[in-house]
Amino acid sequence: MTEKRQTPKLDELTKGPWPSFVTEMKKVQDNPMVNDLLGQLERSYNEKIGHWKHGGIVGVMGYGGGVIGRYNDLPDDFPECNEFHTIRVNQPAGWFYDSKTIRKICDIWEKRGSGLTNFHGSTGDMVLLGTRTKELEPLFSDLTSIDFDLGGSGSDVRTPSCCNGKARCEWACYDTMKICHEVTMHFQDELHRPAFPYKWKFKFSGCANDCVASIARSDCAVIGTWKDEIKIDQKALQEHYVNGGGVDIARDVVNRCPSRCMSWDGTKLEIANEDCVKCMHCINVLHKALRPGDERGAAILIGGKAPIIGGALLAFTLIPFIDIENSLEDIYEVVEEIWDLWGEYGKNRERIGEFIQRIGLGNFLEQVGLEPAPEMISHPRTNPYIFFELDGEE
Amino acid sequence: MSDVSVETVADTMYDMVKEYHGKKNLKALDLQKAMIKKFGDDKVDKKMCKAAIRQLIDSGKCTYSYVGGSYIVLPPEKTE
Repeated sequence: MTEKRQTPKLDELTKGPWPSFVTEMKKVQDNPMVNDLLGQLERSYNEKIGHWKHGGIVGVMGYGGGVIGRYNDLPDDFPECNEFHTIRVNQPAGWFYDSKTIRKICDIWEKRGSGLTNFHGSTGDMVLLGTRTKELEPLFSDLTSIDFDLGGSGSDVRTPSCCNGKARCEWACYDTMKICHEVTMHFQDELHRPAFPYKWKFKFSGCANDCVASIARSDCAVIGTWKDEIKIDQKALQEHYVNGGGVDIARDVVNRCPSRCMSWDGTKLEIANEDCVKCMHCINVLHKALRPGDERGAAILIGGKAPIIGGALLAFTLIPFIDIENSLEDIYEVVEEIWDLWGEYGKNRERIGEFIQRIGLGNFLEQVGLEPAPEMISHPRTNPYIFFELDGEE
Repeated sequence: MSDVSVETVADTMYDMVKEYHGKKNLKALDLQKAMIKKFGDDKVDKKMCKAAIRQLIDSGKCTYSYVGGSYIVLPPEKTE
């Protein structure tokens, strides 16, 4: 092996009690790819410029996503990481693995790539960091032999992700893992063959706590909610929070309710459910006494994104409530209508949220065949920017 | 629906990709719109275009490339 690269600047990042990616990479510095990678990064820190190029024609036969081509611009100085492609692997719904499966993936990855991984990327995939072009097809073949597939990248449906919902959480209003898996399987073509103006992300959260940050990070967020009344156990409330102490119900719950729909006289909690926006705050605080209602489903929100080309957007409500476990076909229909419209009129690299802002929510709804609803607002107590036509007006 | 076959659409798409090579990157949607315009929406639809693109990619005549967005291009060996 060539000499170990010296990395005094990176070594600063190994100091202190915090986890460090440098510490982890140094554990496998005997791997020539990792050695050169550390050297290249040290050089970037010294020169204050990055040395990566990304994109180009790189992938596996038949797929347009899942492989992100990466090359350095210093092939003579760092030849071992000159080709350092990233692989996105579609994660199991809810990120449930057994250790045997992870070992299999790591064995394949040590054979075919750098051995460096990122569990998980911000879209949710398993990310395998750094391999050469010639290893892509064998790697893909090895992954499929253990029933894994590549995820999305480029202008396609990105790998859908979800919270672990009913598997671990009592608040889940629908089976996020099941729906995420079904949507992933239904849109396989759109996931592997990019055909959109830009990326499209689905994320599934079981309740408004939104553990996968779907409202901020996905174009189409499916967030669990309920239609009927919050269930209150007044006896448990007294036992755990009034007599048991620890929570100032008036200050910590009632006054923090965003729609001011609660009242507390010191002995009895009342909720005006018609004003409740199902934010989950009271349930989170008084979790032994309050529960979501029984009529559970999901709200579909649209247009969220992190800042890349334009600024960050939070998704807004498109469908206030749907019995999602029994209405998936309806969701597919709406989503495909949206894709058709966006595909026809969307600009290159324009996310759906930006597209809706550009054409106006009223026009968008008209084109996709949805009726405006009061819930379709981007911020509480703001104008939805829909102009309603009065009867008789043209 | 039509007397235009998926193979014909795929061949026409391939000619278009070849014609635009080095001049403009084409997205799947550009190809789809061009085919519907050329053959008419009574003869070619989105489903057919999707199948034609799949045929082009699976046969290795075209490949995907990423340059900010995803495009359909000639594979490197066909451009040398």
